[in-house]
Amino acid sequence: MAHFTKATSVKDWFNQRLAVEKVEKVMMSEYWIPKNINFLWAMGMVLVITFAMLLVSGIFLLMYYVPTVDEAFYSVNYTIMREVDFGWLWRHVHGVAASVVFLIIYIHMFTGIYYGSYKKGREMIWISGMLLFVAFSAEAFSGYMLPWGQMSYWAGMVITNLFAGGSLHADGLVEWIRGDYVPAQAFLGRFFMLHVLLIPIAIMGLIGLHFAALRIPHVNNQDGEEIDFDVEAEKYLAGNKAESKVMRFANDFMSKDMMVVGIYLIFFFYLVFWNYGFAMDPVNFDPADGLKTPAHIYPEWYFLWSYEILRPFSIDLGLILFAFAQVIFVLLPFLDRSPNTVPANRRGLFAIWFWVMLANMIILTAMGKLPPEDPYSQIGFVSAILFVAQWLLLPVITMFEKKV
Amino acid sequence: MKNKEPLILAVVVFFSLVTYYLVEPFAHHVLHKKVVEAPSEGFAYTDLPALTKTGNAAAGQDLIMNAGCAGCHSIDVAGMPAPMDAVTAAQSYGVNPPDLSNAGAIYDAKFLADLIKNPAHALKVEHKFDEAKGQMHPMVPFYGMGGDIDQEIADMVAYLQSIAVAPADVTPAMAYENACGRCHAVSYENWTQIGTKPSFKHEKDSLAYDIKVLEYQDSLKAYMGKLPPDLSMYIRSRGDDFLNKLIENPQNILEGTAMPRVGVTADAAAKVIEHMKDAGDTKRHERESIGMNVMIYIIIFAIFAILWKKQVWRDLH
Amino acid sequence: MENNSRRGFMGKAFGAVAAVGAVGSLVAMKKSWDPLPSVKAAGFTTLDMSIYEENVMVTEKWRGKPIFVLKKSAEVMSKEKGNAEAEARNIKIGNDNFMIAIGLCTHLGCIPAFRKDSNDFLCACHGGMFDASGLVTQVPPPRGFDIPPFKIDGNKLVLGEVGPEWQAMKDNGVTL
Repeated sequence: MAHFTKATSVKDWFNQRLAVEKVEKVMMSEYWIPKNINFLWAMGMVLVITFAMLLVSGIFLLMYYVPTVDEAFYSVNYTIMREVDFGWLWRHVHGVAASVVFLIIYIHMFTGIYYGSYKKGREMIWISGMLLFVAFSAEAFSGYMLPWGQMSYWAGMVITNLFAGGSLHADGLVEWIRGDYVPAQAFLGRFFMLHVLLIPIAIMGLIGLHFAALRIPHVNNQDGEEIDFDVEAEKYLAGNKAESKVMRFANDFMSKDMMVVGIYLIFFFYLVFWNYGFAMDPVNFDPADGLKTPAHIYPEWYFLWSYEILRPFSIDLGLILFAFAQVIFVLLPFLDRSPNTVPANRRGLFAIWFWVMLANMIILTAMGKLPPEDPYSQIGFVSAILFVAQWLLLPVITMFEKKV
Repeated sequence: MKNKEPLILAVVVFFSLVTYYLVEPFAHHVLHKKVVEAPSEGFAYTDLPALTKTGNAAAGQDLIMNAGCAGCHSIDVAGMPAPMDAVTAAQSYGVNPPDLSNAGAIYDAKFLADLIKNPAHALKVEHKFDEAKGQMHPMVPFYGMGGDIDQEIADMVAYLQSIAVAPADVTPAMAYENACGRCHAVSYENWTQIGTKPSFKHEKDSLAYDIKVLEYQDSLKAYMGKLPPDLSMYIRSRGDDFLNKLIENPQNILEGTAMPRVGVTADAAAKVIEHMKDAGDTKRHERESIGMNVMIYIIIFAIFAILWKKQVWRDLH
Repeated sequence: MENNSRRGFMGKAFGAVAAVGAVGSLVAMKKSWDPLPSVKAAGFTTLDMSIYEENVMVTEKWRGKPIFVLKKSAEVMSKEKGNAEAEARNIKIGNDNFMIAIGLCTHLGCIPAFRKDSNDFLCACHGGMFDASGLVTQVPPPRGFDIPPFKIDGNKLVLGEVGPEWQAMKDNGVTL
């Protein structure tokens, strides 16, 4: 057995068994963060808080939700919304948080792209982050099936149909995924399992990986300046807090995190109580009916940009481009051939690339919601082509970037 | 180091709001153009002639007794029971004729007058019941009792208004059950087309009631072409605008529909919507009040967070 | 030294045994995901073909999917004459001619609506159109309606069973 001495205090007792003081230093008080950052750096904490709200509200929904095709809709819209005390509150929090989390994810992602926080040593942060995006997307999709409304059923039908692979006609695969010929009890049951157990576990694991990937390279800063964290930490610990270029994660950075979170929650709860229609689509308040297609079927807003890349083309080309769109962001660290880790505004053509990409994704999002008629289908078509072209051009643009 | 945060915040808010606008209000306008642009006249029923005569309630009472209305309609407050039970009535007429006790308070006077004279016209179902083709509406029109038919009708309307509760005393449930409830069930309020389902001690009796409802629904389905939907969640799936316009004139929203214009007053329509909110948005009052409290709390929370941040960062700058 | 190589070998042998167990578990898990036997058995529907009226489209149900049954009038049949594609899709039962199809648009799976006036189908999702023979008249659907496996049994049609007519359609690429 390792050598243990009589504890001198409660803290010492825990230190000898769990090294709590060391852990606290590494994760909190001596986790050095650059001072030269802005509020966009708080998006990570905003995501943690939002995920926590999803977990907690999800736990209470889980107590009353019934995962059968006959009772699911009733358990949500009658039992939870009308009978369970604060049931309506958990449902609204859960639905709004599930939608807003993607707004924050996109802000967080585009912050990373703008400031080059995916480059040179930070590739694993980016990749684990994109895997989190995929996991959250799967979690959102599986969750949307659960109320078993018209949109649940038909989005489930359309998206699982994609796995037939167009001309491959892999209908057997589609039936295997569904566990039935159409979305039915087997389908609901397995997506319930995924949403409530498997994907949350994967998300929590990926969050751990994401944090671990961040620890060694350290957080980036607004100017892409390479900081000697040891030297700056020395200054701070010597009492020179104002001159040091770094600060403690806890409580320096965390107090700013909490300030941003506080302001975010004002906006968030306003949506929960008064403006939640964007997160809870009216079509899903009709019980699922396999023999009645709704006039308009569309995914949740955060999937619209990629849905619009699928739609304008013939099914085979559409599927290829759709797959391309899902995967291409992961490859960003490797497609960007420039040596510069600086904000986009100092990277010449890349700045244009960035703003065009952002604007284009918003256009794709809007077109994905609108019906496939003129002029929306034309605009969507051009936007989809532009999206692909931008990614193909990225290596070329960045290869010629001068070292800053 | 210039503080770029206000600019960054402005950029983030701008792009978020643009996305929100395009995906929500703008797309809604495009996807539901027909509903958004459908007309609304505040339940003025401008297509119906104004009442020219002043009605006499006592004369109206005699007329209603003698014109045979009680052959189909009960008038509970006047002690006149329904001639048949709901299920049998539906077999004859497709739907259970309503009790007339509160018709004077729920329905517009012009509508009632036109309905008595020409049901298919008032109800806007002439596309289904074309007299010329011999397709008669189940409600028999009133052909007059020998005198001035408009005066007689005004008297009958006056009588109905006199026996009804005051319009302000019409509850949301009363308005719904009378104007909508004989076709549309509201399962979340335990409302079936033949009434609120009672609680039964024995399952056999409960099932017998369910069978009665199904038999009624069969007649209704044959009459209407398909079963009118359960409206429990319609306030959330269709929304205020759609429902108001639909109630005012179904043909404006669902062209060619078999749903009749029910001729409710603006006040009764508001109460119908209120009842639908009671069914499908039950906790709205609690949501508003708790929302207020949470917002106050979260603003205080944010203020304290800002103060803490400022204190911690005082010696970091 | 001999101990080391035996330890190395045993390590690999143990790894192989563990891998076999893992693969076996995965096979069992894959099978749990399969459609249930009761679901597969419920896959047969019998239709009485004598009840349908000409040019009246009726939607039946098979394996949870809508099935369009359209009895084609002489007028529709004369329009089809000479059109090999349309004639290959025709299902003749006794003296009657039918279009029978899985009522799902071959583009992304929405249910097209039958239009009485033009005797064709319009899919509200992306504007695709199919004619009374089930062929595409307006993209984006990539192919005509899929035809469910069927077997003709006198005046009855059994959906889910493979009869010679359907097999011929499948072999000739008329349906998938």
